[in-house]
Amino acid sequence: MLRLPAPVYAEIVGHCLGGLPDEACGLLGGDPASGDVARCYPTRNLAASAKLYTVDPGEHLRADRDAESRGIEIIGVFHSHTHTDAYPSPTDIAQAPDPGWHYVVVSLRDTHPVLRSYRIHGEVVEEEPVAVEPR
Amino acid sequence: MAVEVRLPTVLRQHAGGRSAVIAEGGTIGEVLADLVRSYPGMKGQVLTEDGTLHRFVNVYVDDDDVRYLEQLDTKVADGVTVSILPAVAGG
Repeated sequence: MLRLPAPVYAEIVGHCLGGLPDEACGLLGGDPASGDVARCYPTRNLAASAKLYTVDPGEHLRADRDAESRGIEIIGVFHSHTHTDAYPSPTDIAQAPDPGWHYVVVSLRDTHPVLRSYRIHGEVVEEEPVAVEPR
Repeated sequence: MAVEVRLPTVLRQHAGGRSAVIAEGGTIGEVLADLVRSYPGMKGQVLTEDGTLHRFVNVYVDDDDVRYLEQLDTKVADGVTVSILPAVAGG
């Protein structure tokens, strides 16, 4: 279960829309035990591509330190798919760094953005429920 | 010299759950080789079989990504912190 406060949900989707025509990405800070997201860290997509993303490593380090200073951890990543479903691509699965993370994909293919979250263990992809909660 | 190496969650299981450990070396390459010697479970996850930096990790000396410094030849001074984070990318 991934719990997203409504303002964080809006920030994630807004960052993804703002990144068009390229994919956009960012990190999620929260509680690794519960899956409660406290904040998101929008980052640059170093790949600057409609088909690939790379989280800026310098921004990742700053996000990691900020999260630690707040008593939370980086517990996942979000990125957009501009022309495909909200499902991890083979590249996403192959490069998923941490089986403990939440992998959020935002599809911008249709009129309304679609946000889904997954756990990825090796090549096994499991969708998890997403709760958007008023703060 | 001995420096603190901060580990990403995915590597902590190989270091008894610790988020930071001490490793020795005068360059990043030496520090990472010492890290893998001490915690063999990290073999193949930080350095490749050829001894190069694995593309799935980013390594920093204090605030600086070593890929923009001298990679594995980057000098490590006393008192610096080495951080390892996963390289986060996809399609």
